[in-house]
Amino acid sequence: MTNAPAVAGGTVLRFAAHAKFRFDEVRQAWVVLFPERLLLPDEQAVAVLRLVDGGRNADAIIDALSQQYEAPREVIAADVLAMLQDLADKRVLRE
Amino acid sequence: MTTESVAVEPPLALLAELTHRCPLRCPYCSNPLMLDRAGAELDTATWQRVLSEAADLGVLQVHFSGGEPLVRRDLVDLVGHAAKVGLYGNLITSGIGLDTARMTALSEAGLEHVQLSLQDSDLVRGDRVAGLTGAQQQKHFAARLVREVGLPLTINAVVHRGNLERLGDILELAVALGADRVEIAHVQYYGWALRNRASLLPSREQLERATALVEAARTRLKGVLVIDYVVPDYYARRPKACMGGWGRRFLNVTPSGKVLPCHAAETLPGLRFPTVAAAGLADIWYNDPVFGHFRGTRWMPEPCVSCERREIDWGGCRCQAFVLTGDATRTDPACALSPDHALMAEARERAALAVAEPASSTEPDFTFRRFTHSPRQSPEFAP
Repeated sequence: MTNAPAVAGGTVLRFAAHAKFRFDEVRQAWVVLFPERLLLPDEQAVAVLRLVDGGRNADAIIDALSQQYEAPREVIAADVLAMLQDLADKRVLRE
Repeated sequence: MTTESVAVEPPLALLAELTHRCPLRCPYCSNPLMLDRAGAELDTATWQRVLSEAADLGVLQVHFSGGEPLVRRDLVDLVGHAAKVGLYGNLITSGIGLDTARMTALSEAGLEHVQLSLQDSDLVRGDRVAGLTGAQQQKHFAARLVREVGLPLTINAVVHRGNLERLGDILELAVALGADRVEIAHVQYYGWALRNRASLLPSREQLERATALVEAARTRLKGVLVIDYVVPDYYARRPKACMGGWGRRFLNVTPSGKVLPCHAAETLPGLRFPTVAAAGLADIWYNDPVFGHFRGTRWMPEPCVSCERREIDWGGCRCQAFVLTGDATRTDPACALSPDHALMAEARERAALAVAEPASSTEPDFTFRRFTHSPRQSPEFAP
């Protein structure tokens, strides 16, 4: 296995092959499934994850969210980078 | 007495114990003392129905376990069915009997992940605990097969007094085998392990060294290896939130089709467990009295019921409370607030005495797991 990337503004991430981000009809909620773990992301986390597509880099995700939420970019940037790094360390996201 | 009631949500995971048959005989096996024989196992069609019902109920992940699930000839069909109904499939295996063809078929059927057990980094000692010569080398081979088909690999290493000194080597081996996750699982003392507790329980010094080693390795291996590690109950100050709470997140189907809130629940007296033959999983989850029995907080005694952690720890483990105190409704003795907490210290002292005897420290006198000639059914009593 390759090491988890250090996430910066220019990092482009996508879901790892064995991480599944899908809508669960029973709960009417988004879920993230990965080996022996799962996440039930809150609304803000879902907003971030829906922008993780293997094309946008972290900066582009932050830009999109700061427009969507009309919030200061630096506040959003810190939260988004921390969340993406955490999910990269957990092998949910990869470069 | 509290009147609050916790809403029943759909379960997250199903442990599908396909069989109790296993080529290994580990003395800390989590299977019950009374093992189901092959003739009592559910057939393929019934397991497929159970998997479909689980998905409809809201189960997201299925853990195919045993015994050794590879001994089931229909394993690929069951993995394929789970994937078809949208379940995230995990195989929990000893790796014994895995070959290239089987691994490829499992991967193509939609398996997402493999958890491989490892008894030790030392081949001879590992094989001795497993009760099978050559087992550890077969496991190393199995790890390679998993990685060759591109599936993520978790190494599960059960640790105890006899291998904790090699924890560093075990972590290195997990990395070398291509794992990106390792579970360092202290033995849980139920069933077979409880019989062997005096031979397995580590000393406090051993535990402190191991915990420090894990902390250092987590920093050093960040981004390389995720290390799951929990302090064992016998040295804890707060109990584990067993199963995330009874009947809250998890259900278990045994080889013969009993539906349990946890894999050890059959050790509790006075509960009549439902079966997949008699009812659907959703009916069992929401309506069966066994699943309601210790659900939420209403059943709790003091000090749990007024504790601010009552919805964090959920009272700890019912099976541990019963096996140590004889009363399944008491606070888990692992909690320092439990009136029975001194039982944990007594067990540690007995284990320390066992270490002090030279004969037992070099060759622990294990009771290895085996099928008994006793009646197949464990005793059951109507509530």
